Amino acid sequence: MPPDLLGPALALSAVLFSIGTAGVLLRRSSIVLFMCIEIMLNAVNLAFIALAQLHGVAGQIMVFFVMTVAAAEAAVGLAIILVVFRHKQSVDLQHVNLLRG
Amino acid sequence: MTEAVFYIFAAVAVLGAAMCVLQRSAVSSLVWLLTTMLSLAAIFVLLQAELLGVLQVLVYVGAILVLFLFVVMLLNVDALQQYSRGAVSTAAAVAIGGLLLVELFALWRYTPSRLAAELAQSPQMASDLALAFPAASANAEAIATRGIVGAVAAPMFQTYLVPFEITSILLLVALIGAVVLAKKRL
Repeated sequence: MPPDLLGPALALSAVLFSIGTAGVLLRRSSIVLFMCIEIMLNAVNLAFIALAQLHGVAGQIMVFFVMTVAAAEAAVGLAIILVVFRHKQSVDLQHVNLLRG
Repeated sequence: MTEAVFYIFAAVAVLGAAMCVLQRSAVSSLVWLLTTMLSLAAIFVLLQAELLGVLQVLVYVGAILVLFLFVVMLLNVDALQQYSRGAVSTAAAVAIGGLLLVELFALWRYTPSRLAAELAQSPQMASDLALAFPAASANAEAIATRGIVGAVAAPMFQTYLVPFEITSILLLVALIGAVVLAKKRL
């Protein structure tokens, strides 16, 4: 069992998660924001899989659950974006201000 | 050899993620994200998670990203004006991302060699990694005897059976919720 790639894999996971976070903060389009969330989820999956080499196969099963939740989240989130677009004619988050007092 | 392949795919993954954030057009972002997902699938295979590599291609690239593409096409997002936030917000976002990166790079320190060194210093514990991580050797043995699919599937349908069934309920709820939300009139 060669766990030599553990350190580099965790570093790659850190880089991808940071890029995803910066993207969520940076972009205004809600669809691109969703894509950045998917990048973050994938970074976490990579960390789980890298550590599953040392700590057993439970990490890989966790990744399976994360993927399922991501699929459910994408379906519901994109439906919400669709409804907001129908209401506002825009996917720009700056225009979604119904709750502003 | 394995390391060289890993670094190539890692570079592609980082490039894809960065371009996904920086591209103006939503379709370009999506295609760069697809590049990231595919190289991550290859990295999963390198990290002895072949089943999840295949699932990554099937679920993420085949289902989720196609769903994104449908919505981008449906809304014709690229025809609308797309721009990022102001200079202050951009600087803040980059600063927060960089800070997070520095914090997460502490993960570099979690390497087996460092652990082995720590174990060697303590006299009562063996410096053998297989003894330090019994799950890892059991894992390797299960993979060797049953293959990766069997090694992952057996605990999933035994130890994690209840979470697995709850996941199916979650998917059903998401399915109904998406239809209820997206349909104009039920």
